[in-house]
Amino acid sequence: MKTISDHILDILQNSVTAGATFIEIIVDENKKNDFYTIKLTDNGCGMSEEILKKATDPFFTSRNTRKVGLGLSLLKQNAEKAGGFLSIESKSGAGTRVKATFQLTNIDRPPMGNIWEVLYITWVSYSSIELKYVHETEKGRFEINSSEIVEILGDVPLTNKEIKEAIYELIKNNLKSIQATI
Amino acid sequence: MTTIKTLADLRRIKEELQSKIKLRENSNHPEQLTQIKVGMATCGIASGAKETMKYFLEELEQQAIDAVVTQTGCMGFCYAEPTVEVILPNREPVVFGFVDKAKAQEIIDVYIKKGKLVDGVMPITFKTIDD
Repeated sequence: MKTISDHILDILQNSVTAGATFIEIIVDENKKNDFYTIKLTDNGCGMSEEILKKATDPFFTSRNTRKVGLGLSLLKQNAEKAGGFLSIESKSGAGTRVKATFQLTNIDRPPMGNIWEVLYITWVSYSSIELKYVHETEKGRFEINSSEIVEILGDVPLTNKEIKEAIYELIKNNLKSIQATI
Repeated sequence: MTTIKTLADLRRIKEELQSKIKLRENSNHPEQLTQIKVGMATCGIASGAKETMKYFLEELEQQAIDAVVTQTGCMGFCYAEPTVEVILPNREPVVFGFVDKAKAQEIIDVYIKKGKLVDGVMPITFKTIDD
């Protein structure tokens, strides 16, 4: 994966497959401690202790369409390569939290990339899932929730070109105002 | 152009548009719409499936073609990503492989608009490793 937003898009699929109806993504930039942390929390079916132990094994997957599960193992690899680590908390029936920490100034930390595109295509695909994105820096905090977008749009489709461009601009402008590292 | 920074700005844009656009009439009956599902698992994303999905969304909107575009999980054709499943109304699903922007355009112009198959169909005899 070339960007952190690609990883987020990938891990979101895990949450969807787990039957999540609420997914929260929190990006926390901490220049003082040199951390760039991504936390994805869902209310899906969670993993048993046995499955949790194997979750980052690239040759383990819960799917039957293939014999490899690369998403979490690639995220772990990229986090560790950038001086960080991956942690996963999960319990059967109680959801999952995936936390990837990167060293902010590490040259191997991938850029965030176009997170607005990832959020948008996920909102378009999974209208019944509430997806919340939070980005925090020392300059401020930006939050956006799909339930608010849905309420505002009403009957106007999310796929309308002007709406799409407006959402992109809203997210980009707010990330710029908090000096987010993208 | 006015800066869009708050949800109130988004609401204003929506209100300006509402009177101008024709709202989808059969959005409560997705089976009557063409459905396009883009594989968005790890191998799909690494192969450019996000760009494929964006292209479908933009082109179908541009051409005012009634269709629902969504992402889906792994369909098992990791060697042929990006893969896209297209379900025309009252037709069986068809999965296409190696769908870049050019192939996406061909699928729209030939299969979705005219119902004629194009090269790159994934075989329905595909079995999973467990079969």
